[in-house]
Amino acid sequence: MMDFLNMGGYGFYVWGAYGVTALAIVVELASLRARARAAEKLAGRDER
Amino acid sequence: MNLYQLSSPATFYPIAGRLAPWFAWAAAICAATGLWIGFGVAPTDFQQGDAYRIIFIHVPAAWMSMFVYIVMAFWGVIALSFNTRLSAMMAQALAPTGAWMTFIALWTGAFWGRPTWGTYWAWDARMTSELILLFLYFGVIALRNALDDPRRADRACAVLSIVGAVNIPIIYFSVVWWNTLHQGASVSPTGSKMNTIMLTGMLVMSFAAWFYAIAVVLWRVRAIILERERGSAWIAALPGLARA
Repeated sequence: MMDFLNMGGYGFYVWGAYGVTALAIVVELASLRARARAAEKLAGRDER
Repeated sequence: MNLYQLSSPATFYPIAGRLAPWFAWAAAICAATGLWIGFGVAPTDFQQGDAYRIIFIHVPAAWMSMFVYIVMAFWGVIALSFNTRLSAMMAQALAPTGAWMTFIALWTGAFWGRPTWGTYWAWDARMTSELILLFLYFGVIALRNALDDPRRADRACAVLSIVGAVNIPIIYFSVVWWNTLHQGASVSPTGSKMNTIMLTGMLVMSFAAWFYAIAVVLWRVRAIILERERGSAWIAALPGLARA
């Protein structure tokens, strides 16, 4: 397990790359969900 | 149903909603498989050690960053030529995902460059043109936010996207045209110089990036359709909207 995390000494670079990619995906999905919900709310309110 | 009907937001909205989850699942399955190949099956590289494993996200993200831009410019051409609303909405939906892909390509490239080249960043042609791609995406997004009239914004963004497309061949061929720190292509339409297992992992991750981008863009275009078409009769008739 420690060997896996260590990545032959390149752990910081490998997990730094993968971690920020995962974070970017989480942020994109979260902001998209917020946008979709706001749009649905707005469209629902517009109904006469 | 014919293809002309598909270009109507009212027709496309429910279709995008039905398709998006399938692409999301395909992305998750490909990502899980690709990561398993990338970390469980693919061997350690004899030159780069385990640092090379960044390739499994770097190359797919870099490919997508360019491809999403081409698709965005394509929808811009269609929007300008035929004045179709949905094409412009598709272009609008693609820009943030393209920007994220570009950011990931640059970030993972920096974290790969440091252990292999000794530097996070260099102003070489490949990296600089990819950074310009990020600024082009920011420019398209900012231009839309700056214009109040969505139809004017559609045309302005389409023109900017199309003009900016000149950067894509510059990125792709930069490693051929100039003497760059960045290496040349390992995989091209004419073949591959990579180990089969490493290549397989990278291609599976590329499919994951494709499916992810499609799912997210379909989801975002639905939000954009709601934002822009709200008040129209078909939206008022949509079932399941939160009635406040």
